[in-house]
Amino acid sequence: MGEVDLVNVSKQFMLRVDGKVHAVKALDRVSFSVHDGEIVALIGPSGCGKTTALRIAMGLETASAGKVTVDGREVVGCGHDRGMVFQFAELLPWLTALQNVMFGLEMKGLRGPQLRATATRYLELVGLGDSLSRRPHQLSGGMKQRVGIARALAIDPKVLLMDEPFGALDAQTRETMQAELLDIHARTKKTILFVTHDLDEAVLIADRIVVLKDGRVQEIMAVPLRRPRPDLGRVRGLPEFAATRYRVWQALHQSSDTLH
Amino acid sequence: MVDALDRRPPPVESQTEDAAVVVPRGPVPSWLITTGSIVFVLVAWQLCGPFINPLFGTYPTAIAAAFWKLASSGKLAAALADSLRPFAAGYALAILVGVPLGLVIGRSRVLEAAIGIYVTAGFAMPLVALVPLLVLWLGLGFAVKVAIIFLMSVFPICINTWLGVAAVPKTLIEVGKSFVAPSHVILRRIILPATLPYIMAGVRLALGRAVVAMVIAEFFTSISGLGAIIQTSANNFDTATTFVPIIIIMLMAVALNFLVGAIERWVAPWQAEIAGRDQQ
Repeated sequence: MGEVDLVNVSKQFMLRVDGKVHAVKALDRVSFSVHDGEIVALIGPSGCGKTTALRIAMGLETASAGKVTVDGREVVGCGHDRGMVFQFAELLPWLTALQNVMFGLEMKGLRGPQLRATATRYLELVGLGDSLSRRPHQLSGGMKQRVGIARALAIDPKVLLMDEPFGALDAQTRETMQAELLDIHARTKKTILFVTHDLDEAVLIADRIVVLKDGRVQEIMAVPLRRPRPDLGRVRGLPEFAATRYRVWQALHQSSDTLH
Repeated sequence: MVDALDRRPPPVESQTEDAAVVVPRGPVPSWLITTGSIVFVLVAWQLCGPFINPLFGTYPTAIAAAFWKLASSGKLAAALADSLRPFAAGYALAILVGVPLGLVIGRSRVLEAAIGIYVTAGFAMPLVALVPLLVLWLGLGFAVKVAIIFLMSVFPICINTWLGVAAVPKTLIEVGKSFVAPSHVILRRIILPATLPYIMAGVRLALGRAVVAMVIAEFFTSISGLGAIIQTSANNFDTATTFVPIIIIMLMAVALNFLVGAIERWVAPWQAEIAGRDQQ
């Protein structure tokens, strides 16, 4: 199981500008769910609070009000039931790919030969079986993010939380990674909450899309594209893809209009 | 096709490791420029030196002759060993104390507020003025020399480590947190390695101060070691002999600096990656 529920999550920041303290509302009563095995994309313009929502779900930040539950259990701090994939992979530069994946497993308490075997298995899953002993600076951007995904998956979390994981990659690598993520999802059936600012990416990979605007949920829409989606190039050509993309675009466009 | 391209390991020559360490340089290698500079200075010194009253100055061949006399009598080796013992002890102690102290000050807001100020002030402490007091406490022997060298070198190491901890990318600590690493594990396995380049820079800065402290200690406590040779030969107006230990000390600092640099590249080979953060 892996069901994530955000219930009326609010977050306020205190910001000091010219000596005056302002309360900035990053999230305002945000509620949505990610069902077991589902991929939900959280999309919105920069500063809309999407990353904050993800970080609260991870337990890296606390909500000012409201709560996040994973399978009904309230999130307090980080836990092994959630695996985080960071925007820039954030591998530990002094460790090899294998050691980076082993780090997460060790923190979960895994020891002995199983540790190495499990880490190797997950690196093979993301297609890096040949690069176990490379350090991060010897890996390309896409390979780094693969290690980041393997590190999060290896601890076998109920939920994978991904913070714009492909945002820093070039267009071609990004397409490859999107296809691989769907492939990994088909094989592992993980629940995935995926933050992105990329319309195409949201429609291509998600079952449902949550549009955030100024810290509020603007719209939640289902993506009418069946799984599996083995050929994303073909999916892009489908009328449903174009229609959904346009709906999300409208929702985002609307939000920028109401700002003024 | 794209997939196949991306999975292929990048060719060796395009690895960022190599790209990051390549320093743009002209057709003349740096070591040759350094050697040429040294030869030029020595030759110029040698040519001008003999015209100066030997009381006021000396020149390379005179120093070489004095070096030979000191070395063959065994006095030089004994003095060097005498100097190096407190130097090694004080410098090692400074690393052993300075690094952990810097780590905890950098990690704890309370400790930073409580003892950070002493470390900052201690860095600028006029140690020479305190030597008589240290002698009263510790006597004139080995202990006081170690204390002087320790006090001169511990602060740059501590301050650099402290600054290094403050500069560790927050996201790397969050990696530890997201895998539920306890704070002592985050300190040992994330913060310490990430801080290593700063620690090594502090160790390097402290090296020069420790060498100076070594001579100060030999001048102002029991006169011994290389400092004693400087003192006695200066008192005898034997300028050439005075320069022998001075040059040995400077050469020692240069050699140790190279050694620390080599250790740095050995323990922190990823430093280029941290410095040249590039996601592609």
